[in-house]
Amino acid sequence: MYFQTWAAVWQMDGHGPYVWGAYSLTLLVIIALVAIPLVRARNLTQEIRNDERRRAVAAEASGENHASKT
Amino acid sequence: MWSIVHKMGSPPWFYRFANGAIAWLLPIVLLALIVGCIWGLLIAPPDYRQGNSYRIIFIHVPAAVVALAGYYVMATAGLMSLVWKIKMADTAMRALAPVGAALTFVALVTGSIWGKPTWGAWWVWDARITSMLILLFLYLGVMALAEAFDNKVAAAKACAVLSLVGTVNIPIIYKSVDWWYSLHQPASIKFTGESAIDASMLYPLLLMIVAFYGLFALTVLLRMRAELLITYRQSAWLRSELS
Repeated sequence: MYFQTWAAVWQMDGHGPYVWGAYSLTLLVIIALVAIPLVRARNLTQEIRNDERRRAVAAEASGENHASKT
Repeated sequence: MWSIVHKMGSPPWFYRFANGAIAWLLPIVLLALIVGCIWGLLIAPPDYRQGNSYRIIFIHVPAAVVALAGYYVMATAGLMSLVWKIKMADTAMRALAPVGAALTFVALVTGSIWGKPTWGAWWVWDARITSMLILLFLYLGVMALAEAFDNKVAAAKACAVLSLVGTVNIPIIYKSVDWWYSLHQPASIKFTGESAIDASMLYPLLLMIVAFYGLFALTVLLRMRAELLITYRQSAWLRSELS
């Protein structure tokens, strides 16, 4: 490691606010870029699976009705 | 070659490909970013003139490099969508524009933060910086056009034309530091000849560039997968894929 103490890492000879500010902002953008489509895909998959289950139940119910009539 | 293009144009094939690629890329990209940041922030020595503020280079340059390369990828997708009417190329364009815009934004803001202690100004209307700002507007323009039409075919056509016209800007950005008298420093890494940067700074920078390319691929695939889930939510192939 180049720095001697953690305080030196934080201060970076006076450039700390610039360096850490730039890195934090980039971190936020990266988290948003990865998390938003990831969560969106998970919700959509869940929705499609629930829908499919509902359809299966409905199909079974209508099948039973059909069977009872004959 | 053509069989690959043909396969990639098929939504079910691409959906499966994206799922596999995301599972691989996600841990690799996160690890590369963490290692690259620690290396650049803590291990690399400070610059003899700029001191520690130069450490912003490890995110600024990768973001800018990938934002520029990503524009060519988007324009290529636009060309494919325009010429062959490939739907997946349209999906790719829609996914590429916001990722490119985010990376351009990161390059501009980190550059601005770096400019303050180095040049004494947050912003200057310099050739390199102004042409990067135009790049941001081009990405935002494609994003806006993608949402501006009810008809998806018309939207794809408009996006493709804008992204192709905008490619004019890319060589201007690359060459701006050579063509105009600029405050922005010239490129430190050269494809031909010796790089103007020491190995102790070059290696973490190269790692971060690779990590950002990976991040770009990962986030574009994530967006394309989400878009496929919406477009094909009623399709039998997607439902059987998820069951």
